[in-house]
Amino acid sequence: MKTPELIILAGSAGAFHVIYELVKKLPASYAIPVVVVMHRGKKQDNNLEGLWNNASEIIVKEITDKDEIKGGIVYLCPSDYHLFIEKEKVFSLDVSEPVLFSRPSIDLTIQSAAEVYKSKLLAILFSGANQDGALGLLKSKSLGGETIAQDPNEAEVDTMPLAAITLNAVNKTLKTKEIELLMLSFAK
Amino acid sequence: MTAQVKDSLSDDDLLSLINLIKNIYGFDFSQYSKSSLKRRFERLLGIKQWTLVDLKTTITNDPSFFDVLLREITVNVTEMFRDPAFYKSLSLNVLPYLDSYSRIKVWNAGVSSGQELYSFVILFSENGMFDKAFFYGTDINTEVLEEAKNGIYSLIDMRSFANNYVKTDFQRAFSNYFTVGYHNSTIKSQLKKNTHFSIHNLLSDGVFNEFQLISCRNVLIYFEVELQAKVIELFIDSLCLFGFLCLGSKEAVRSKELLSRLKVIDSKQNIYQRIK
Repeated sequence: MKTPELIILAGSAGAFHVIYELVKKLPASYAIPVVVVMHRGKKQDNNLEGLWNNASEIIVKEITDKDEIKGGIVYLCPSDYHLFIEKEKVFSLDVSEPVLFSRPSIDLTIQSAAEVYKSKLLAILFSGANQDGALGLLKSKSLGGETIAQDPNEAEVDTMPLAAITLNAVNKTLKTKEIELLMLSFAK
Repeated sequence: MTAQVKDSLSDDDLLSLINLIKNIYGFDFSQYSKSSLKRRFERLLGIKQWTLVDLKTTITNDPSFFDVLLREITVNVTEMFRDPAFYKSLSLNVLPYLDSYSRIKVWNAGVSSGQELYSFVILFSENGMFDKAFFYGTDINTEVLEEAKNGIYSLIDMRSFANNYVKTDFQRAFSNYFTVGYHNSTIKSQLKKNTHFSIHNLLSDGVFNEFQLISCRNVLIYFEVELQAKVIELFIDSLCLFGFLCLGSKEAVRSKELLSRLKVIDSKQNIYQRIK
């Protein structure tokens, strides 16, 4: 596939370690900005940024409102905020009502990213226990974006990837190892 | 499951709505964060089951719709003691300093339905500083200000507020501050006596008093960077020298000029002190 301009890694229950391991494999020079959106316990924002940063070659940064989106950085969505992407390619945070009981809502982030990046967006949905993300992927797919679900057979909780697959919102279903190879194939 | 991608507003649709609202109601959303704003309009269309044309017709023909619009478009979600660590930091780093003043004026900007202002009231009360403090809550929205004045919250909300309160490590029982009914809890009237709620528009209104403490958390996220800077400047100008400013923990002061007037008191909780 062609090289995307933005990659979103999203998930909920059972996704944390899979995404963490992926981020650890990215080289510091990875040119594509990567955005991580996970449902986390509202109170457990105990310095994820520091932990991931120490374990990774690439810079990991928790998003501050209106940060410019740049390559060479993995951006973490802060817990208890929705995350949007503006067409000027800056992040906006929002504390409006949860969607599908979730804040951040994966759907909202992917939808807003899809409107900005269109076919240049790669969105990957991992393990999770609800249906958040499926509509976001569908929107991205309809705008020409690449949409991938983690193989439900491999996912710790298959509800989230299955919901997206059932909705026909997914271009490819891949195992974690294949997702890793795909992401590393974009590294120069 | 049927596949459905919701119709979304285009950039031009959004721009035309912003212009119409400015012309008819005189309220200017043009420097609001567009992605968030767009979603609020889409949400409103969904709730009302309206098309864009329906919405524009209503705006054009119904002056009373403005309050409804403002209420639905601006985000009024708030809770008591959101981010317990912030309140701990205030107790530790700000209140001892403020205690040296004989009168303390606090401004909660974008007060919404009052949850944060009453959290401040409780915080001051726990520190024995309630009697010499006065709390001003302002918002652009008359309806939410009425709710703030009433200080009535559902028992469901109260449960999560109480959870936050416990994490602040304060000593008293949270229930001390409320009169509990079947479905609601009401802030006790003695806690309301040093409060005042009024309309203030951060986009167009200026300095109206001099404060020792200003808090405006998770309001600036709805503004673009230039408007954020203008509002932060208003806050700094509204503080006495060495007064304190609290922003949301994921908000940033990006202007070097404004930063030069501030000292960082707590970088994680985003608490500043005016130094010039």
